[in-house]
Amino acid sequence: MSGDAGFVTSRLDEAVGWARKYSIFQYPFVTACCGMEYMATACSHYDIDRFGAGLPRFSPRQADVLFVVGTISQKMAPVLKRIYDQMAEPKWVVSFGVCTCTGGFYDNYATLMGIDTIIPVDIYIPGCPPRPEYVLDGLLKLQAKIQAQHESGTRPAPEPRPELELEPWMPQR
Amino acid sequence: MDAAALIQALTERFPDAVRSSHAYRGDATIVVSREALLDLARALKGDAAFQMNFLMDLTAVDFSTFGKKPSSAFFASSGVAVRPSAELPDEHPWPGPPRVPNAAAALGAPPGPARFVVVYHFFSLPLKHRLRVEVPLEENDAEVDSVTSLWAGADWLEREVWDMFGIRFRGHANLKRILTYEQFVGHPLRKDYPVNKRQPLIGPDGHASDHS
Repeated sequence: MSGDAGFVTSRLDEAVGWARKYSIFQYPFVTACCGMEYMATACSHYDIDRFGAGLPRFSPRQADVLFVVGTISQKMAPVLKRIYDQMAEPKWVVSFGVCTCTGGFYDNYATLMGIDTIIPVDIYIPGCPPRPEYVLDGLLKLQAKIQAQHESGTRPAPEPRPELELEPWMPQR
Repeated sequence: MDAAALIQALTERFPDAVRSSHAYRGDATIVVSREALLDLARALKGDAAFQMNFLMDLTAVDFSTFGKKPSSAFFASSGVAVRPSAELPDEHPWPGPPRVPNAAAALGAPPGPARFVVVYHFFSLPLKHRLRVEVPLEENDAEVDSVTSLWAGADWLEREVWDMFGIRFRGHANLKRILTYEQFVGHPLRKDYPVNKRQPLIGPDGHASDHS
């Protein structure tokens, strides 16, 4: 094809990325106290709608971004995995709060040590709980990621969790 | 009834069942043998003098490591001792964990400390008094009568105690795990449950990781 068509394709891809990053339909998977900060971010004071993410969908089939907000217990983990599997591509995952990133201060029999042990995660927002500014910052980083992957036309796989060298005093997996 | 009157009334009514009693910091507490628990509970609920119509809490304690090693003072890192000074007089010293007579007791030895104690907190809404009932249990025979027939609210509380401590409740209609999952092995609030033991359902080393 001519160079013109290639120009159109790349421009179109950028436009798709631009459209996608400003129409994020989130699925809020809210299990714990981080939900309060999620609500604060979503409501009018911080107004997540400014970034095109103002319409949470409570069905994974309609959602683009899975917001995992709050501690995930071992009992809840299969449910989270199932919700993730039910979402249609393209999909992204935001780990909201330190419990979803690493398990946080819960180091016990009941709690999953980070959701990235079961599903890939695109953006980590640490904090206990993260302030709405952190959340918006994470959302902007996610938007940049969505835009970038459409500029290149490929979706980079989320980075796998680095293997941790287990010391004898650490909880053995 | 205040704490002392409550303890006295129960001790007179059930002289064999009430092993010991105390009113530490004004909280009436009786230690009861498990054989007498249901009779006593029935009287507590039905008797006009008690009218304990509200089971506020039902839980258990594992005393197996209690007092075995000295615990550091709370906030020890700040250098501030928050334990009450031994020099301060205490009118009502805490009597210590309940004890259960074991096989050696028949030979005249003092009763040993119980591994488990099931704790019931009762409250009377009409009479506004409350009572704590403790039932000591041996490790190899951790079973006690269910009180679900008297207080329906005991249903989930007894399931929680079964799940966390592995104490069985005789006569409970649906004694299965309530907080952890069916595949969970062991009882996590027992002091001998390994503190680092993880039993994931999914993910690395999970039960379902092969076909999920």
